[in-house]
Amino acid sequence: MEIVLSIVIVFMILGAIYALYAKDLLSALISCGIVGYGLVICFLLLQAPDLAIVQIVVETITLVIMVAVVLNSTREELKEKAVVNIDGVSYVHQRYIVNVILVVVFALFLLYFFKESIFTLDHFGEHVTRMSTAYIEKAAEQTGSANLVTGILFDFRGYDTLGEATILFTAVIGILTILRAKGKK
Amino acid sequence: MNGMTPIVKKVTQLIVGLIFLYGIYIITHGHLTPGGGFAGGAVVAGSFVLLVLAYGSNILKLKKREEGSSVVESLGILLFTVLAFAAIFIGTKVFFANYLPKGVIGELISAGVIPLYNIAVGIEVAAALFTIFLALVIYKEEVLK
Repeated sequence: MEIVLSIVIVFMILGAIYALYAKDLLSALISCGIVGYGLVICFLLLQAPDLAIVQIVVETITLVIMVAVVLNSTREELKEKAVVNIDGVSYVHQRYIVNVILVVVFALFLLYFFKESIFTLDHFGEHVTRMSTAYIEKAAEQTGSANLVTGILFDFRGYDTLGEATILFTAVIGILTILRAKGKK
Repeated sequence: MNGMTPIVKKVTQLIVGLIFLYGIYIITHGHLTPGGGFAGGAVVAGSFVLLVLAYGSNILKLKKREEGSSVVESLGILLFTVLAFAAIFIGTKVFFANYLPKGVIGELISAGVIPLYNIAVGIEVAAALFTIFLALVIYKEEVLK
């Protein structure tokens, strides 16, 4: 499992480095997406499905928003024809073939590792996390929650959760204040 | 804001309800299975974002929705703090104590206040993410044009 984890982390690092040096803003964003979704696979391999769910949803939403921002800002579309006409004979552009092959290879790669990581998990709805046994017994007993993560989040670490929710609330207030069109009188 | 192609609209129409229900499931079963208020809230917000992106809307409607989701978000965090402060007056009289009966471990209605906390946080996160999205869309439509 450590080998698989290392491979995924190497891919994440490559994606991050490419994002720094990419000339096009959109391809930089998409390689940032590699980092995010690689993190999802890491969380699944390390048996943290709670974090994986949050990461995959938040990554998708932020990626959609950021791509929308990039498409609406300075980027200029590169227009290329898929079929090229040379001397009366039409060829499919070489770049498109390479792109399609790359997409298929990466999709198979990701599917394989998702399969690997999903089979190391317990079945959906069974909640065995391998922490220290004493902690498991105490948490279930004292909070009455079968999912220990939730039990810890909302009981032992209740103050943390209150703080997190307040941070999100404050962030929304800040965004609404900055992005309004006119000042209120 | 314009909608997308008929293909996107049809697929959205088919799956948006499932996404929404999955979010609700994650929130309400937060104390039994992986997930909880934060994860489920993000999934629910995603379903609303998908609807707005696929079908589009005019600016006045979006403004109304932004007001509504902002109010809902405030109510969510208010519910959370009220639940937390209620512990001072009930039972052991400690802030954030679990004052409701805990029930049988593994059943849907168990774990005392934790499911209620989950629901409050779920409402808060869903409305907050949707509000941020709407604020960005309205900014683009109104200011940038």
